[in-house]
Order: sequence, then structure tokens, then C-alpha cells
Amino acid sequence: MLEERQETPEQQHASGGGHAAGHPSPKEYVRIGVILAVLTAIEVAVAYTDISHAILIPTLFFLAIVKFALVVLWFMHLKFDDKRYARFFVIGLSGAAILYLVVLISFRAFS
Amino acid sequence: MATVTTTTRRREGILRRPTATTGFTSWFTTIDHKKIGILYGATAFVFFLVGGLEALLIRVQLAEPNGTLLNPAQYNQIFTMHGITMIFLFVMPMAAAFFNYFIPLMIGARDVAFPRLNAYSYWVFLLGGLFLYSSFFLGGAPNCGWFCYAPNSTTDPSIGPSFYAIGLIITGIASTAGAVNLAVTVINLRAPGMSLFRLPVFVWMGLVVQLLLAFSLPIITVALFQLLFDREFGTHFYDPTAGGDPVLWQQLFWLFGHPEVYVLILPAFGIFSEVLPVFSRKPLFGYQFVVFSGIAIGFIGFGVWAHHMFAVGLGPVANTAFGITTAIIAIPTGVKIFNWMGTMHRGDIRFTTAMLFTIGGIAMFVIGGLSGVTHAIVPSDYQQTDTYYIVAHFHYVIFGGGVFAFFSALFYWWPKVFGRTLSERLGIAEFVLMLIGFNLTFGPMHILGLEGMIRRTYTYPDSLGLTMWNQVATVGAFLIALSILVFIVNLVVTYVKPRPSAAEVADPWDARTLEWLTTSPPPVYNFEEIPTVHALDEFWHRKYVEDERTGRLVPAQAGAAEAHDDGHAGGHAIHMPSPSFWPLVAALGMPLIGYGVLFSWWLVGLGVIVALTGFYGWALEPSVAED
Amino acid sequence: MADVAVAHGQGEHPETTTGLPHTKLAMWLFLASECLLFGALISTYVLYRGRSVEGPFPHDVFDIPYTSVSAFVLLASSLTMVLALSAAQEGDKGRTRLWLLATAVLGMVFVGGQVYEFTVFYNEGLKLSTNLFGTTFYVLTGFHGVHVTVGILMLLSLVGLSYAERLPADPSFPIEMVGLYWHFVDIVWIVIFTVVYLVPTPNPGAPGA
Repeated sequence: MLEERQETPEQQHASGGGHAAGHPSPKEYVRIGVILAVLTAIEVAVAYTDISHAILIPTLFFLAIVKFALVVLWFMHLKFDDKRYARFFVIGLSGAAILYLVVLISFRAFS
Repeated sequence: MATVTTTTRRREGILRRPTATTGFTSWFTTIDHKKIGILYGATAFVFFLVGGLEALLIRVQLAEPNGTLLNPAQYNQIFTMHGITMIFLFVMPMAAAFFNYFIPLMIGARDVAFPRLNAYSYWVFLLGGLFLYSSFFLGGAPNCGWFCYAPNSTTDPSIGPSFYAIGLIITGIASTAGAVNLAVTVINLRAPGMSLFRLPVFVWMGLVVQLLLAFSLPIITVALFQLLFDREFGTHFYDPTAGGDPVLWQQLFWLFGHPEVYVLILPAFGIFSEVLPVFSRKPLFGYQFVVFSGIAIGFIGFGVWAHHMFAVGLGPVANTAFGITTAIIAIPTGVKIFNWMGTMHRGDIRFTTAMLFTIGGIAMFVIGGLSGVTHAIVPSDYQQTDTYYIVAHFHYVIFGGGVFAFFSALFYWWPKVFGRTLSERLGIAEFVLMLIGFNLTFGPMHILGLEGMIRRTYTYPDSLGLTMWNQVATVGAFLIALSILVFIVNLVVTYVKPRPSAAEVADPWDARTLEWLTTSPPPVYNFEEIPTVHALDEFWHRKYVEDERTGRLVPAQAGAAEAHDDGHAGGHAIHMPSPSFWPLVAALGMPLIGYGVLFSWWLVGLGVIVALTGFYGWALEPSVAED
Repeated sequence: MADVAVAHGQGEHPETTTGLPHTKLAMWLFLASECLLFGALISTYVLYRGRSVEGPFPHDVFDIPYTSVSAFVLLASSLTMVLALSAAQEGDKGRTRLWLLATAVLGMVFVGGQVYEFTVFYNEGLKLSTNLFGTTFYVLTGFHGVHVTVGILMLLSLVGLSYAERLPADPSFPIEMVGLYWHFVDIVWIVIFTVVYLVPTPNPGAPGA
């Protein structure tokens, strides 16, 4: 899981430590930014509609998750970086999600 | 002969970069993991004595029914501070002492990943501990129990619970910084060839502990802020009159609190796993099982927290689920015990003090583990919870397991750290006294608990028939105190004797791991040459090889186990990071902010300025001062 | 070569076992632990949603269009942050400083907007101590706001150090580290905006409250 490095130190330094070759260009970043803005606009619009909560809430969560993923994978570069960074983050994120879900369930927050 | 470069050029301006690595002031500016380890250890030991005095006060108060030594308000502060001190100011920092000193040595590194952050962690811990104790003089110490349940804590008129909240936020910051530092160290600073499965078990347990801390401390930090805000700013997090739920405190507290107990015991498991092989002259049995079971305990440890809440009324589904996970966690623990027994089996056992404390520690831990298994059975726990049966359980595991492990480690590693060996005769005397005293103190508490003696209560009536065992427990406590006195005498006696030769203390136990490869004490740069690692127990394999014909171990050729040249040119300069006072400055901001929240907003502002000054000074200063 | 220089040289990464720089590994571990921190605050908010015994309630005070602008601002700041990093990697000092400053300014607009929002709510009768909504809302968004403020301080420090010529010739690593922190603060807001502002709160006494 935390095996020794595969690249030489020189290669690591050139790519800024743990980066793979693929590197989005500024244009691509702007594209992601626009997508984020559009998703936010959709979120707000959806929140104003009169649809039932059973559809509204999962839709809002889905949109939020997509935005979250875009920032993490592209802006935070996790999609292109060494997998070991992602492992730490995923452990923290999923750990938090599971633990707090259990707490909320035990308080019957959803029933 | 390697030379160490330290700075010679002074920074311009008022504030000069400290340069000395010896002398009194060097202890305030050190960023050397070994000195920081000693600071942690000495500080933790002092807090151990203070916590022990608090324990004696408790035991004298409870020796007779209707005791008059302490009134209820005083008793509540004493037992609360006893718990806080032992957990947060003794066991955790003492483990930090050993991790700090030995992890870099055991992995073949020169220091930790972030030396100044290391110093910062120590100073924040010390200041947090002093902050907590200053409460006795500033209105009253925490009095709500170490777990400080709401709504008692949110409505208590004394200032104690606020000191509790702020004090533990401060020490939590220290531990979080330390956790990130040591985790990155283990992952990223291993010597060539030191793969993860060649790490000593002590280092593995260290890694698991740091990850447990990193993921559990934020939870209690939020709980503590919520508690503080309820008390100081009128929020309603735990206020039932506003629709809040005090059980939320319990959930958040134990989400941290349960991983915390594995933080307390995994270092002990690591110590046992180092000491047993050395004094059995056998490799650890089932190394991979011991490592994986440690990881499993860490992981499952996040899934059992509500077993502290069986009597709260979460309902049968929750209780059953957590009862099951709690029973499951006994399995990896049991795996370790069998592997330790397997290590000793047919070994060439030497009953040194270190070995006695380890064997005794494992035995005491097993007793505590057995009572723990009885708590996992929910209906049985209904009777046990909040009684002295629980007090017996956790003292058997934390004291019996953890503290015995610390004394084992002290006797084992003292030669490496200080270049002297503690007296074995006094050590054995201490062990015998402590073993007897410990069992006399906490053994009867099982009975007291089953007979219905409740916890955290300043006295009991004589009609309940609890007196005799309480008296026995008090006698036992004073025997423990006597054993500690013997240890202190041992320290004095050891220093009065002439210093042993370097050869006598480099590897006095004929040990197995890399810290014994270097001198005792190690030079500031740890190793002349960073060793290249070829196997688990690398040092042992440099000393002994298997004879081809007989298969028996024979000494390897002379000089093979000294720090020899691995083909790298010796005699070049080793750049060690330079001392710094900025971590101490940054740390000073914390208690100022803490006092400010309680007494004056100006102090908060001052504390923020001091902390920021410290952080900026630190960030702008190169880690190695320019030559 | 095996003598690991523990000290960091300017702009170099010392050899590490994994080949990954210490600081980046540490930053990701720290951000992982921050998930637990914000998770606790958000869960507390969710737990107490709809349980306030008295008002004001969220629908009484929330101004969704206003807060949406705030959300756009913070998202935009993530974009400018990543553009600053790109500029640094291309060695364009001027554009680096520009984008870093833009990020800081957008962050300040966000925090300013929050402060204004809090003042409005306060004047409408929602204090920390009013009810569970006030308690959980201000503490959750307040913790987030403090994190943003720390980020702004770091960004302004980078800009200042750049002008003072005290950053390394290739400053992309420290900028990347500050960037990771900044993006994290942004994704926390993505969750808060949805969970707190957009997901409707049941009225107390209504089914599902």
C-alpha cells in the first residue's frame, strides 16, 4: 500500500512530487469552473421548484457530490496524482460519512 | 568520521538563530527528536506522580465509610483530574516519548519528518497540562469526570468544565500535530530496504496510533467546542430545554473515546512485541499476524464506541450491534496474546526487569481483557456499568497493561537513551511490589462493583458491607506508591554509580532492532551511515548467521554488526536541522487564548498575535540555518 | 546519497521512501482529519434540523439568491487558485501574483458576505443563543469562515513574500499546498450550501420534524 517510489527523485522533482503526466491546461480548468457554476445554478433553480422532497433532496445531494468530485479530482489534482494521497483522503471522507450516519440513525434523525 | 554542520552565521537583527545543541537553554530550542522524547518522558513522569498523589487522596478518602478527607466538591475535582492526568498527561505523552525517541532510530532515519512541528507539539502539550492544573488556583479544577457528561457539565456553575474543554482542545492540537508528523515519518523516512513488513512491531503500532489520533481527535474537538460554547456563549448543543440532546455529547465523546483507549494500549502492545523476542532469544512469533491484528484493532476500534452507552437507552438494535462489534474486537487482541506466548515458547528466557514487567503486563492485561469481554454482553453490562467493576477493568488494562509496559520499556531502553543501565535488583523489587500492590488495589474492585459500589462518589455508607475491600484497595495503593519510590531510588543509585563503558551499553541485551546499532546515547545525527536493511530484525542478522551445517545461530564475522560502510563515502558532512525558538513562541499563544476566553478578550487577541508571530517566524526561517 | 538530508533545501524535495514530498503527504492526512471535524459539525446541524422550539427558523431568514452569489464567489476563487498554480508552474511571476491576489480578494468577498449575512440575521432576531438553529448555524458556518480566513492569510502571505522576492525561484510547491487547503475549504462549503441552505427544513410540528 505504501510501497517504495517507482520514479527516480529527478523524475519526481520534475513533476512536482507524485504527479502523473496528465496535467489539465488553464483552459480545461476554466471549463471545469464553468461547469461548477452551471451546476450551482441548476441546484438553486431546483431548490425553488415545487417537486416533492423525495426527489428534491437526492437531486440536490447528487449535484453537490458532482461538484465536490470535480473540485477534488481536478482542482485538487487527485485524478492525476499518486494514488496514495487519495487513499488518505478517502479513508477520512468515508470514515466520517459512515460514523456520522450511524450516529444520526441512532438518533432516529431520518425516521 | 562524519562531521555535523551547525550554523555559524548569525541572522541579522534582534533575534538570533539559536545554535547550541547542549546546555540548559538548548532544551527550549531543541528540535532533536531524542531531546524532545526525553522532555516528553520527564514531563509525563512528573504528571504520573501528580496523578498518583491524586489516586492516594481518593484511596484515603474511600478507605473508610463516611470519609472526611475530601468533601464532595473536592473529591469530584480530584477524581476528575486523576483521570485527565493519567490519560492525557501521562500515558499519551509517555507513549509519545518512546515513539519520538525510537521511531526514527528503528527505521534508520536521522529525525522525524517535521522537527520544528515536533517541538511545537511538546510545548503545546506542556502548556496545555499546566493550563489544566492552573484551574485549581483560578476557580476550581474540572469536576465532571474525565468524560464530563452533559448536561451536568454544561450547567455546572464552577469554572472547572470550561478549563476541561479548553485544556483538552489545547492538548488535542498537540497530539494532532504529533500524529501527522509521526505518520509521515514512518511512511516517508524509512532507510533503504526497510519495507513496511520489515518494520519493528513497535513502529507499526506507532503508525496505527497516529492514524487513530488523526481521525478521532477532530471529533472530540468539535464536542469540546460545543460544550464550551454552551457554557460561555449560551448555545444549546446539549440543552434539552431548547430541543438539544445531551446524548449527542456522549456520542461524540465516545466516538473519540473508544479509539482513544486503543491509542493508550497499542504502544504497550508494541513494547511487549519488542521486549519478548529479545529476552526469549527468539524472533517474534507470527510477526505478520501481530501487525495485522494491530491494524484490525485500530479499524474495529472505530466501530464499538456505543458500548460505553449500553445503559443510555439507544435501544436493542444499537445495543446488539455494538455488543457484537465489541465481542469481535477481542479476537485480534487474542491473536496477539497467542503470538506472544508462541514467542516465549521454547525460548531461552532471561528474567530481566524489562522481561518481568512485560510478562506481568501481558498477564494483567489479559485479566482486564476478560472483564472487558463480560462488559460486551449487554445485559451483564447493565449491572456492571457505573460500578467499580468497570474501574477494575480499565485499571487492569491501562495500568496493568500500559503502565507495566512503560516500566518494561524504561528498563529496556534506558541504556540506549542515557548510557547507563538501571539496577536490576531494585528493578525486580519494584516489579514485585508493584505487582502485589496493583492486584491488591484493583482486584477487590471487581467484587466491590458486583456488590454494587458505584463510581465517582465521594463516600459510601458502612451498612453496604463495602468497607473491607476498600481498605484492602487502599493498602494496595500505598504499596504501588512504595514501588514507585523504589524506582526513584533506582534512578538516584544509577546516577551515583560510575558511568559504564561505551561498549557495555551499546547493546547490553543482545537485541534485534536498529536502535541498538548505534552508540548509547546516539549521536545527534543518529547513525554515522544510514543502514541498508535486508531483513526483519536487521541488527540481529548482522550479528548472527545460521551455520550451514547445524542450522544454529553463530556470531557473524567480527565488525559485521558495527555501523559499517555500505559503500557510501564516509567522512562527509551531515546536515541536521538547526534549533529554533519559534515553536515555543507559537505554542505560547495557546494558553493565552485559553485564559482569554475565560477571563478577558484582550488576552485572546494577544494570544493570537503571539501564535501568529511564532508561526510566521517559523515559516520564514529555513530549517537549516545558513552557514 | 543514503544520508538523507532531513532539512529541506530551497525548492528541492529531499529523498523520501515513497518519493512523495513530506508536506504534501502531511497536508492530505490533515485534510482527511478535517473531514471528521466538519462532519461532526454538519451532523450536529442535520440532527437538530427542524427541532428548534422557537423561531426564527431557516425559511424566516435565509436569502437564497444572496447566498448563491456567495457560493459562486467561492467556487470562482477555487478556479483562480488553480490558475495561480498553473502560472507558477509556467514561471509567470506576474500572473501568479495576480491570480493569488484574485483568490484572496474573492475569499475576502466571501467572508465579508458572510459577516453581512450574519448581521442581517442577528438583526432579525437570530442569535447564537436564540434556538438550536442559531446555535448550529452560526457555529458550523463560523468554523468554516475561520478556516477561510486562515486561508486568506496564507494567500496574502504568499503574495507578500512573492513581492519581497522571498519565495523560491519555483514557488509552485508552496502554492500547491495552500491551494489544497483552499480547495478543501471550498468543498466543505459545497456541502454546507446544499445541506444548510438548499435542503428544506421541515417546520417544527410538521411530519418529519
